[in-house]
Amino acid sequence: MSQPGTLVWFAHHESRLAWRDWLAMMTAGRRRRIRTVAIALIVFATFMHVVAYSMVGRFADVGRDADKATLVVIIGSLLLSWSLMLSQAMESVTRAFYARSDLDLILASPAATRKVFAVRIGTMALSIVLMGVLLAAPFINVLAASGGSRWLGAYGVVAALGLAAAAFAVGLTIALFKTIGPKRTRLVAQIVAAVIGAAFVIGLQLGAILSYGTLSRIDFLESDALVALAPNLGSIAYWPALAILGDTTALAGVLAASLILLSVSIVIFSPRFGDHAIAAASISTTVTRQHRWSAGFRTSKPRRALRQKEWTLLVRDPWLVSQSLMQILYLLPPAFLLWRSFEGSGALLVLVPVLVMAAGQLAGGLAWLAISGEDAPDLVASAPVPASQIVRAKIEAVMGGILLVFLPFIAALALLSPYHAAVSAIGIIIASASATQIQLWFRAQAKRSHFRRRQVSSRMATFAEAFSSITWAGTAALVAAGTWLALVTAAIAAGILLGARLISPRPDTI
Amino acid sequence: MSKPQSPWGLEIRGLTKCFDRPAVDGLDLTVRAGEFYALLGPNGAGKTTTLRMVTGLLRPDAGSISVLGIDALADPVAAKQVMAWISDEPMIYDKLTPFEYLEFVAGLWGIDAAAADARATDLLGWLDLSEHAHERCEGFSKGMRQKVALAGALVHDPRVIILDEPLTGLDAASARQVKTVLRERVAAGGTVIMTTHILEVAERMADRIGVIASGRLIAHGTLEELRGQAGTSTTTLEDTFLTLIAEQAAAA
Repeated sequence: MSQPGTLVWFAHHESRLAWRDWLAMMTAGRRRRIRTVAIALIVFATFMHVVAYSMVGRFADVGRDADKATLVVIIGSLLLSWSLMLSQAMESVTRAFYARSDLDLILASPAATRKVFAVRIGTMALSIVLMGVLLAAPFINVLAASGGSRWLGAYGVVAALGLAAAAFAVGLTIALFKTIGPKRTRLVAQIVAAVIGAAFVIGLQLGAILSYGTLSRIDFLESDALVALAPNLGSIAYWPALAILGDTTALAGVLAASLILLSVSIVIFSPRFGDHAIAAASISTTVTRQHRWSAGFRTSKPRRALRQKEWTLLVRDPWLVSQSLMQILYLLPPAFLLWRSFEGSGALLVLVPVLVMAAGQLAGGLAWLAISGEDAPDLVASAPVPASQIVRAKIEAVMGGILLVFLPFIAALALLSPYHAAVSAIGIIIASASATQIQLWFRAQAKRSHFRRRQVSSRMATFAEAFSSITWAGTAALVAAGTWLALVTAAIAAGILLGARLISPRPDTI
Repeated sequence: MSKPQSPWGLEIRGLTKCFDRPAVDGLDLTVRAGEFYALLGPNGAGKTTTLRMVTGLLRPDAGSISVLGIDALADPVAAKQVMAWISDEPMIYDKLTPFEYLEFVAGLWGIDAAAADARATDLLGWLDLSEHAHERCEGFSKGMRQKVALAGALVHDPRVIILDEPLTGLDAASARQVKTVLRERVAAGGTVIMTTHILEVAERMADRIGVIASGRLIAHGTLEELRGQAGTSTTTLEDTFLTLIAEQAAAA
């Protein structure tokens, strides 16, 4: 057993917490599910290997002498992965500042906070690396099995990307703290995290639209214009790509650079982490005054009061607004595509499923906030309002939000093709209603601040919601294309809803 | 619509609720209309589960609940109309102001907007919250939040108020204000049912006291009657309570 207060002791404590957090996340807090989760993970890993084989299997023979165009595609894909890692890392750093949990205990103890936060930054980096490795593993394994062990170097590159992402995230978040203060940093850092995660994908799509009039990212990465703009062969910028292809010198360089980056970040920032955490703790005492009649609750109609309450709470929480709207960020490329109003139904056909899918996802998030994220569930449940009316009011609040966001898209689409607009509108309504219904079936009381981690409370609800949105989006696309195959996907979507209904828990209130 | 007339503010018969084990086990309990009733019991005795079933927040496995003569299981909406529920964790919205919160609660209970405004203004003044009426609740202390929740419970003028540990975490001044408000409600003919671990409060405020253990009512009555049941004529409620619990544990 290590000495209390040492780096090793803190590392042991942090790793135990991280392990239990991960276990709770995977099993939704039920230890009996471990075997089920293990089986599900094996099945999922097998499935992912099949998917990976179909996606990258044909690239296994690419050697270290790859041409510039190939290296550009690899670097582009790595940047895409890194942006997602950076986004996740910023989320973790922000959470470390603002989630009080054990911070009060740590900061009140005589332990050296520098050591605590050095370990905490290291743990964050490790969790990001682990997540990246888990996601990349099927692809790397397939390439190694088909093209040789040289591909295993890709694991090192993924680890290096994770370490670099953690280092940048810590620096970026602390820079925000210093420039805009703790109150704004919470909101801005999480928006920046989400934007970084989405920006690269969206940027590539916008580039693809401008170049080819499609949403395909690969088309853009392979374009002659981009290859011409990229650095010449031999540049250090290609080291990560070369490391993936089996160049051990490049791999050692990339790993060393990322380790140095993280070490510097820990040495510079860990001594100040405690001060920032204390500054973050003081923001809850800030007073916000409202105008006398700003919310407009003057009503004797319970349903109207409930609807108004949902909208008011959402609008007054910039973090929730940003998190909800982030799901719509991915609508920017299709909106741009729509704005360019390409000729023919081919481009419009792409828009229909994107709109339906986005509506399902947004409705799921809003429904979770209205139903599971109810801050005063006892108050609402003890009010003399039939449960059916409460549910109806919440559904109306969700659908009102969906209408507000998607109506402009449908209106613009109607100008180009009334048929596609009608299909999209019906798809949006069905996908939104399905996602809302799933949230109703799987309602589980949670804090609104847990919005980003809502999938933890019910994995079944998360999967059902995602698959429902995907299948309804597919159905809408097939209807838009005018094929009877739409009936098959519609039947699958209905089957998903039926399955979700059958396995949903029974409510325990009157 | 005429209200059913009943001498009972609350009448519970054979109430049962099981989770992994029986939480409430065939409970019979009656509270007279217009009385202050304190429900005591050790942790896990079934007090909160009982009150949550009364307020419609939990579905009982068996038994009946009647509030002022209204069958709360057959007609929960009518029963809820005359009740208010306050838990130890104040049920308020951080992003609303106290005034907006009261308007919202009034809307849920279908109170006329003008009447609700007047009532909200009175209540906020009464509870020393006028100064903060238009500030969001997110920065409020526990005591202020509990007072906002109490105002919310009173804004629709309930005839039965059910409170679960309402004084937990309150400072002396806030606790006194809450107790004063509750006494005034009883003086005005309302029924108050409250769980508390602060036995001194029960001793000083309650007309009658019920003691629950293992989901059953093991003793009830006035303080004198409880002393008689415990066989301790001159002791405090704390001694009486501990004696009753010890006897029940020995018998179990």
